[in-house]
Amino acid sequence: MSKEKELRDRIEKIKKGGKQKYHDSNTEKGKLFARERINLLFDSHDVIEDGIFANVMAEDLPADGVITVTGKINGQTVCAMANDSTVKAGSWGQRTVEKILRIQETAERLEVPMVYLVDSAGARITDQIDMFPGRRGAGRIFYNQIKLSGRVPQICLLFGPSAAGGAYIPAFCDTVVMVDGNASMYLGSPRMAEKVIGEKVSLEEMGGAKMHCTTSGVGDVLVDTEEEAIQFAQKYLTYFPANFREKPEKIASVEPQAFDKSISEIIPENQNAAFDMYELIYRTIDKDSFCEVKKRFAPELITGLARIDGQSVGIIANQPRVKGGVLFTDSADKATKFIQLCDAFGISLLFLTDVPGFMIGTRVEKQGIIRHGAKMLFAMAEVTVPKISVIVRKAYGAGLYAMSGPAFDPDCCLAFPNAQIAVMGPEAAVNAVEANKIAKLPEEEREAYIQEKQAAYKEDIDIYRLASEMIIDDIIDPDQLRNELIRRFSIYQNKKKQFTERKHGVYPV
Amino acid sequence: MEIKASMAGNVWKITVQQGEAVEAGQDIVILESMKMEIPIASEEKGILKEWKVQEGDFVDEGDTIAIVE
Repeated sequence: MSKEKELRDRIEKIKKGGKQKYHDSNTEKGKLFARERINLLFDSHDVIEDGIFANVMAEDLPADGVITVTGKINGQTVCAMANDSTVKAGSWGQRTVEKILRIQETAERLEVPMVYLVDSAGARITDQIDMFPGRRGAGRIFYNQIKLSGRVPQICLLFGPSAAGGAYIPAFCDTVVMVDGNASMYLGSPRMAEKVIGEKVSLEEMGGAKMHCTTSGVGDVLVDTEEEAIQFAQKYLTYFPANFREKPEKIASVEPQAFDKSISEIIPENQNAAFDMYELIYRTIDKDSFCEVKKRFAPELITGLARIDGQSVGIIANQPRVKGGVLFTDSADKATKFIQLCDAFGISLLFLTDVPGFMIGTRVEKQGIIRHGAKMLFAMAEVTVPKISVIVRKAYGAGLYAMSGPAFDPDCCLAFPNAQIAVMGPEAAVNAVEANKIAKLPEEEREAYIQEKQAAYKEDIDIYRLASEMIIDDIIDPDQLRNELIRRFSIYQNKKKQFTERKHGVYPV
Repeated sequence: MEIKASMAGNVWKITVQQGEAVEAGQDIVILESMKMEIPIASEEKGILKEWKVQEGDFVDEGDTIAIVE
């Protein structure tokens, strides 16, 4: 056999991955072969793959269970790793880890995004001394991820398990997409949990995709199929520059989706009545440009990437339709990460405010709502990207602050004509100040008295009065919101800002 | 299916009577919390079998409000 033929044969064999039976069982679960995932993710099959011969001498460990490539997605250079679950369940040996480290280091040198296609049972226990504890052990993967964080976008597509230490790969990514039914994350498997702590639980319940995308918040995006996960990643990356030094690309502007009713027609006069904030978002952004992150987690706050006039914008919006739009510990958590994500990569921020405040009561105090809220304020205050605050309806209490109120240096704070900014709403305020007096009044006089006091309070917080005091910068017609944002964001792009001089702040986490 | 309170508050208005049909996503009750109206919808289509609360009751987060079958 010629040397060239031997080379071709060996490559062909490696590219087939593990045994056929593992391919078959993956197919049954709706899982694609790792190389097929790579083919779908990148613009063409023409990618650079290093380390294909890793562990070739072992015969049964093709590519040592991980494929590492550099190629183009949407014409932009991206590095990726993909676990091959047909090779020892995608477990990590010494060379697997070394390959992952090297592709991360390539992403660092080139300053390009890093995509992790994860489907792995975790460490190969038999190889632990070689792959677990040392300077080039698995811990280094996470060290590298932390170093890359904020330098280049990092996204994880989770197609299968991500067990034990392996679960930290998704945890250190900016965004985690999980395929329902197949993806899971857990530190200890249900079997281990039963042995060690006596808990009987299913994998889905403990670490399934739905659980993580709705309850724990470790997952960001829930999808039904692997193809959907890959399409999400392709779309998501278009909002980002290659690295923190560059700006997101502006593309052609698209008019928003058309609706029968205008923004002013969908917002109820009554501050306390619910309305659907998505309806306002869709009337403001370029059609089909919304790329929502953490849709199912803490839905009382909406976070998503969008385009306005073709420009990437990160939207943080209260959702009065869910839990009244009140901020909770999880919503504050969700906002903090999203704000940091956008700020890291030069994506402008838009706050759409309709918030009664942070939740009160024993339950949330025990959860540490004060420090979670403080964390959100901290992240929001520190950003140096263009930042616009729009008071859609109410902005009460620390809710005003958290949603980038005037004291937190937004480039502008705009309000709709029906907006109310106050320590608390009229009902709560009258109750707080006048409760004793109301109690002493004869019952038939109470209602009229309350109404009178509420009217006086509303006058006191009248939006024109706040504009007169220059607390807000402008009052705008809700139906002109998009035009106003286009004008202002395009001007604020040239903003130069350094928040302050220091090593780093001390986060209230 | 149990319909649960998404947050602590008072039951302000019940909008569907026992025995009536409900659509998936239809609001069946409005809570009042933090001075806000908090609509609670049925996730699935069915018949409202039983109310576990009355208007004016306090409900904690996670409490069952109604049963839809």
